[in-house]
Amino acid sequence: MTSPVLLEASGVWKSFDDHAVLRGLDLDVHLHQAVVLIGASGSGKSTLLRCINGLETVDAGTITLDGDVTVTDPNVDLDKVRRRVGIVFQSYNLFPHMTVIDNVTLSPRKVAKIPVAQARVEAMDLLERLGLAAKADEYPDRLSGGQAQRVAIARALAMQPELMLFDEITSALDPLLVGEVLDAVRELKLGGLTIVMATHEMGFAREVADRVCFLHEGIVLEQGPPEQVFTAPEHAQTRDFLARVLA
Amino acid sequence: MTITTPAPGSPVAYKDPVRQALARRRARRDAFVGMASLVGFVVVVAFLVSRTPGWPAVQETFFNGQEFVDTFPGLLQAFLLNVKIFLIAEPIILVFSLIIALVRTLRAPIFLPLRVLATIYVDVFRGVPTILVILLLGFGIPALRLQGVPTNPVVWGTTALILSYSAYVAEVFRAGIGSIHPSQRMAARSLGLSTFQTDRYVVLPQAIRNVVPPLLNDFISLEKDTALVSVLGPIEVLRQAQIDASSTFNYTAYVGAALIFIALTIPMTRFADWVQARMSKRQRAGAVA
Repeated sequence: MTSPVLLEASGVWKSFDDHAVLRGLDLDVHLHQAVVLIGASGSGKSTLLRCINGLETVDAGTITLDGDVTVTDPNVDLDKVRRRVGIVFQSYNLFPHMTVIDNVTLSPRKVAKIPVAQARVEAMDLLERLGLAAKADEYPDRLSGGQAQRVAIARALAMQPELMLFDEITSALDPLLVGEVLDAVRELKLGGLTIVMATHEMGFAREVADRVCFLHEGIVLEQGPPEQVFTAPEHAQTRDFLARVLA
Repeated sequence: MTITTPAPGSPVAYKDPVRQALARRRARRDAFVGMASLVGFVVVVAFLVSRTPGWPAVQETFFNGQEFVDTFPGLLQAFLLNVKIFLIAEPIILVFSLIIALVRTLRAPIFLPLRVLATIYVDVFRGVPTILVILLLGFGIPALRLQGVPTNPVVWGTTALILSYSAYVAEVFRAGIGSIHPSQRMAARSLGLSTFQTDRYVVLPQAIRNVVPPLLNDFISLEKDTALVSVLGPIEVLRQAQIDASSTFNYTAYVGAALIFIALTIPMTRFADWVQARMSKRQRAGAVA
């Protein structure tokens, strides 16, 4: 990899009460790379993503964005970090009292202070790309899970983030709807967006990832190109995990 | 009549006409039984009440037609004061209690004094009966003889209602804010919205919508409690009824006053029920996490 490092996590510790979730985890993400996090439930994938955009504070270690902003610095302006790092959750978390277009333009209008008309045009553009233009004026309760998740992606993209985090975004979906959401992520990857994605979709990980990281007991136990991790894993735990999910 | 069943897979909502006719007959029979039972019940109660030994005296004292005709216009006139108190108090209560509820959700250490004050306020005014607050303010504050402070009992009665009800309504708002799932706040923060923007655009609009039914209940309650201001002396509908009753020793005016309150609260209650039903239907229709 020759592209510069966009995200660097080093020695990250995070526990909830007495339960240690991240235990000195290191991770580098290079510009335009798609890094896929795999691992059992509870291995720390979601916690890591939440730490990266400051939704959780870390107990020790540092997370640095673009070499200049330290997310883990207690004095950092997290609102600024979050404008550069988008996140999409498993449960969509759309705002149910707003139409699709209002969901997507909320942050550009109120945080970036872009004029309403311009924000609308840009949001319609995004919705168009994600195949949702016809749903712009619907409320979230009228959308299918796949549509809702694509709106959530559009909403996160509307702030033009440098880095996108996807937290098991297809886990809550009907199997028939998983494809349309993964297609959207594939498009973003082809467009050069830097992505960190936690997923159980191993086929997709294999196809899209530049690098696969296997999280086990709070650290990245094994990482490498998908071919290597999936076909010739070094560690017994990785083999064991893959055997169970691919069975 | 020949009944043709559509072929399986036909794109129609087919219902067996025989079963439907049976269901209609049952519905008619249920409606008839219900009406008959209601009418029978009313007749029996009316008969029993009219046979009680004191009924002629009660009828004369509480349900005197002439007395009703004589006092009712005056009661309606006096009721305008109740309406006025209600219309002034309600918007102030809504704004004030929302502020109190928001202050109680502030977590930054700098706001600790405000939070403590808000908590004490809610504890005190929820703990004291409304009529006591009205008496204390209505007789206490004018007695201080402060320069520029109004002595009008209506002003202090209304203020007491505002203080008492705001404490309750603040708790309703607080419950509404608490009902919004933390993931909504998290999603808003992840988009770069500040705490204030998150409350303003994401949490409060949903929270307020969720508490509309209990808020309407409190409105209805407030509308009735405007009568408590009568203890301070202003001539609102209950005071007027007392004056009528004490001048003629006939209590029909009280029944008249009760009818006026009912005439206003029943539509309000039905409206609150309707809003609640509509909202729970909407929630069932679109349960999005």
